[in-house]
Amino acid sequence: MNGFWVMLRREMAMAWGRGGGPLLALTFFVATATLLPLAVGASPARLAAVAPGSAWLALALASLLSLERLFERDYEDGTLDLLALGPVPLEAVAFAKGLAQWLTNGAPLALAAPVVAVALGAELRLVPLIFLSALIGGLGLAFTGGIGAALSLGSKRGGVLIAVLVLPLFAPPVIFGAGAIEAFAGGLDWHPALGLLAAYGLAAAALGPFAMAAACRNALS
Amino acid sequence: MQNLAIIRGERLLFQGLDLSVSAGEAVALTGANGSGKTSLLRALAGLIRPHAGDVRFEGPQGKLEPEDARSQGVHLLGHQDGFKATRTAWEELLFQVQWTGGTEASARQASARLDLDRLAGLEVRKLSAGQRRRLALARLVASPRSLWLLDEPMAPLDTARRAVFGDLMAQHLAGGGMIIAAVHDPLPIAARACDLSSAMGPSL
Repeated sequence: MNGFWVMLRREMAMAWGRGGGPLLALTFFVATATLLPLAVGASPARLAAVAPGSAWLALALASLLSLERLFERDYEDGTLDLLALGPVPLEAVAFAKGLAQWLTNGAPLALAAPVVAVALGAELRLVPLIFLSALIGGLGLAFTGGIGAALSLGSKRGGVLIAVLVLPLFAPPVIFGAGAIEAFAGGLDWHPALGLLAAYGLAAAALGPFAMAAACRNALS
Repeated sequence: MQNLAIIRGERLLFQGLDLSVSAGEAVALTGANGSGKTSLLRALAGLIRPHAGDVRFEGPQGKLEPEDARSQGVHLLGHQDGFKATRTAWEELLFQVQWTGGTEASARQASARLDLDRLAGLEVRKLSAGQRRRLALARLVASPRSLWLLDEPMAPLDTARRAVFGDLMAQHLAGGGMIIAAVHDPLPIAARACDLSSAMGPSL
């Protein structure tokens, strides 16, 4: 278990340290959302209607940004060899990486999501649910994204490949996350959608590390 | 290891390789470029699967599971040392040492032993190749693992540091450790030679 904490601490330190991972994702998130009024027109009524959904779309895209670095740098500089010979199996390494990805990218994006949605015209009473759905959804985005990151190891232009691999896997969280907010805004029962979002995140966190570890072993051999 | 054969791509690198190493022994792997030295070391570390044959580990209490032996008893030092260029030498050394089972105290000792204290606060990208290699060797010294798999360990080291490295290896062997090193220049310690070119298989 000690090895797991060593790994998690390092991943967190590297994400917050140089390279500005979370800041880059946040800036991208805000910039994407800023384009929306330019694309659909600045009419407040129209914007308010699409604000929660657009915030979720921008969130999914912003979550892609730092995925390329999740395994690729460790693969290129030989760290992955060392990680494969560590005190805990690669599955635990992958879990630590996914968790760190969620905490350092998903959490800041979840904090920014209500701000972005409100700026686009979403009602203030939606704010808690937008934050909650973005936070819970971020878990699924981090772990399914990690699978794409591990699968693309060793390929040229991994970043583009990750996006192509991962965006279909992002469909369920986008549906449930934006769906929960729409339901709440429309006065409907929003619990099922949020429950499904949480279930997707937990399933991704439980199964994703196995897929990531298998993909890493394959890339090393 | 017994009857080991490794295929990379479509090419058989070697076959029928038998080698056993026991406590206190060092083996110098030689062979031309591309003869499979690096692949052999990576197969021993479990990173690539041999085409035929198997690798077995034994501890004082008898047979060990390969996964356990590798996760607790094997150091692999390849061409790439796994240091992040933008982190400081000390941060990177400490992570590698803690990850492989050492402590902060043992990392400090190893850092002093390899004359790295002056470099500890520098970013890894500012180190020379020889300094980086010393940093990598400090990991081996700081975390106790019995089998060292070394790939060209001495290439970037200067003469004085090669002598220090020879002492470290001798000490490791005297403590019951084992070393398998792929080399072109002879090791500064007594080592059994194993020439991979002689285990070359017929082409497929």
